[in-house]
Amino acid sequence: MKLTVGYIDIHDIQFSNESKVENGVLYVNPEDIKALASEDENFASVSVDIARPGESVRITPVKDVIEPRVKVEGPGGVFPGVISKVDTVGSGKTHVLRGSAVVTAGPIVGFQEGIIDMSGEGAKYTPFSKTNNLVIVCETKDGLEKHVREESIRMLGLKAAAFLGELGRNVTPDEEKVYETLTTKEGMEKYPNLPRVGYVQMLQSQGLMHDTYVYGVDAKKTLSTIINPTEVMDGAIVSGNCVSACDKNTTYHHQNNPVIHDLFEQHGKTLNFCAMLITNENVYLADKQRSSDWTAKMCKFLSLDGIVLTQEGFGNPDTDLIMNCKKIEEQGVKTVIVTDEYAGRDGTSQSLADADVRADAVVTGGNANEVITLPKLDKVIGTLAYVDQIAGGFENNTQEDGSIVVELQAITGATNEMGFNCLSAR
Amino acid sequence: MVKEIERAGIPVVHICTVTPISMTVGANRIVPAIAIPHPLGNPALSHDEEKALRRHIVEKALKALQTEVTEQTIFE
Amino acid sequence: MSKIRVVHYINQFYAQIGGEEKADIKPELREGVVGPGTAFQAAFGDEAEIVATVICGDSYFSENTKVAQPEIIEMVKSCKPDLFIAGPAFNAGRYGLACATISNAVKEELGIPVLTGMYEENPGADMFKDKIYIVATKNSAAGMRDAVKKMAPLALKLAKGEAIGASAEEGYIPNGVRKNFFEKKRGSERAVEMLLAKLAGKPFVTEYPMPAFDRVAPNPAVKDLAHATVALVTSGGIVPKGNPDHIESSSASKYGEYSIEGVQELTSEGWETAHGGYDPVYANENPNRVLPVDVMRDLEKEGKIGKLYPYFYTTVGNGTAVKNAVGFASEFAQKLKKDQVDAVVLTST
Repeated sequence: MKLTVGYIDIHDIQFSNESKVENGVLYVNPEDIKALASEDENFASVSVDIARPGESVRITPVKDVIEPRVKVEGPGGVFPGVISKVDTVGSGKTHVLRGSAVVTAGPIVGFQEGIIDMSGEGAKYTPFSKTNNLVIVCETKDGLEKHVREESIRMLGLKAAAFLGELGRNVTPDEEKVYETLTTKEGMEKYPNLPRVGYVQMLQSQGLMHDTYVYGVDAKKTLSTIINPTEVMDGAIVSGNCVSACDKNTTYHHQNNPVIHDLFEQHGKTLNFCAMLITNENVYLADKQRSSDWTAKMCKFLSLDGIVLTQEGFGNPDTDLIMNCKKIEEQGVKTVIVTDEYAGRDGTSQSLADADVRADAVVTGGNANEVITLPKLDKVIGTLAYVDQIAGGFENNTQEDGSIVVELQAITGATNEMGFNCLSAR
Repeated sequence: MVKEIERAGIPVVHICTVTPISMTVGANRIVPAIAIPHPLGNPALSHDEEKALRRHIVEKALKALQTEVTEQTIFE
Repeated sequence: MSKIRVVHYINQFYAQIGGEEKADIKPELREGVVGPGTAFQAAFGDEAEIVATVICGDSYFSENTKVAQPEIIEMVKSCKPDLFIAGPAFNAGRYGLACATISNAVKEELGIPVLTGMYEENPGADMFKDKIYIVATKNSAAGMRDAVKKMAPLALKLAKGEAIGASAEEGYIPNGVRKNFFEKKRGSERAVEMLLAKLAGKPFVTEYPMPAFDRVAPNPAVKDLAHATVALVTSGGIVPKGNPDHIESSSASKYGEYSIEGVQELTSEGWETAHGGYDPVYANENPNRVLPVDVMRDLEKEGKIGKLYPYFYTTVGNGTAVKNAVGFASEFAQKLKKDQVDAVVLTST
């Protein structure tokens, strides 16, 4: 399967009477976004704002971040099974508004949303301080169940990203890249001497509001399966998560999965990137056992020599991580895991809830408990009402000078377990 | 936590869903639970059925407490 | 600012007094720089000055630590230093142990920053790496230049009280304290590189070595449950409605002790969960699903257990440092012990 991705570099976002992309500027008419929101009767009010890199702006509580993309050639459309009809995506051509993002904000659970700072200390830790963000602040109607609110906000973010992506359909990209995966037989013939490498991605699937969707299917109701990495670039995997902000994979992370990109970078040179597997992190032990059995079985079946295994979240998913690693290693498939740590604010505690000697090759996204001070910023998009309850926040964490003390946990994407960032720990 | 209670000299039984974690951290008497969001319940059941299920797990836990063990044991 | 005053510790060999045959010489204080001190002094430039060097034979130190240690401490103290450095000892076992032991003693007794350096497999490193900063060096004196290059800047940072970065940045042997820092490459790229090394059978360094867990022997079984007091404990975050003690939804810094005296079951009106790591709907609907007070009361009434302890202990297991959890539990376990609780049922989500 072959996908050409055309990157249109976006340097700025501005409000305008007409939504369009021109000379690297994304112009947005806020009424267009509000019109999308008006399709859903669950919203009480929706406001649209802009946050650019370097501005003295804090966005919170952040739910999801999504990159605008559009399918210009080939079957299907972006976010298949959710926004577009179900059809196999991942081939043909896709345009990306690189450097821009849709950020959805607004209270859902309160303590399970995150913070994005566009400047200051916090900006170093979130990748979304470097994107030009269109922020949609959503207030849902009173009396709605949390999961109903989650779905409304999730869908609005995806719709908005698809709408903005559409603006890039006829724009000439600044850069084009081709990603191609071969069938098992083709790969073996073409690269007989390169190690066969796979990527096993664990998807958060801990239950209501801790979910990930694959082609619209709730991942907790799936068995481990194979997906083409280029399908993921077209939005086949979508975040429906309300968990600690630092290590949940936003939809943007899925669209730009760094493991996929770095494996493609080496594909045909030092390794043969053969397959991507996805598996879940369910709350029942039997599910954990079944899903990890399944990934191990498939790794063996695909004759893989090695895999990269990435986690999402922490706590009991540490067990899924260790089970996967152990069972895959037992099949003789060399494994490297990417995770993050909860080593306590002083860094002296044990980092993972589970452990095994076979997990001897670990990459860490850093200690999520480490505390940082976020300076007072001039503008808040959303509300600061939740910064003391947010996972990673604590009582009275707002100082007299307006600065806020939080664990990295509260920062969207700070300790991402796909290895999206340079942050690490020793 | 389970180890600190044991260390204090009080027999303790750990009811938890993810028994492998319990094994890793070193609980000695372990009883499997139903699911993470409802370890001692199942919202799919009626109130009475659910309570009976809960009682069944608690009784298993009490049985574990009355059983001598020499190594980490999961009471299935 | 005046120059930082440094005292340097070396053995008989590096003082060019002699080898093994001179390893029994007693501690001696010399003014200024001796041996490898020259390289350190050059690296310190104008910022610090090695005011004195302590020389001691390796055998003497290891065989007479009790006498040698206070003697050396006095010598160091007399120089009023701001910083103490020892070695580097590379792979010399007794020297390494002496460097680490005396550095730790100076830190504890004189309260000044200390630094030593040695090969990672030196026994001194293993024994003291969690107590003092020990720079990882090569395994022979051929690594002197490299060792000084790493030790001198770290020593100055320590003396100035500056923040110390992660072990991988500063060059010290990992001391069990996890510290964040920015790598040059993103995690996914590091993972791919690590995998290629692992596949090729080449050496690689894991960023997080798996811990070893300690074990506690099981206590004897409860003999007479019908007359036993049983307590409930949970990491599932069950708290009175409104979470009066503000136990954090994640990474809890405290635990709660709440009375269930006279409570027949936990109702959704009176109780809820503070846990942020799982879907709270089911626990909030019926908190007995996490903390089985209803069933315990029934068993109490039926005489299956003697008594349900009138309090329960609760915290949030979500992202909570194991060290915190250990602290909570050792505290309330003492209360339980004092109140003669016979058994504990601990529930986790």
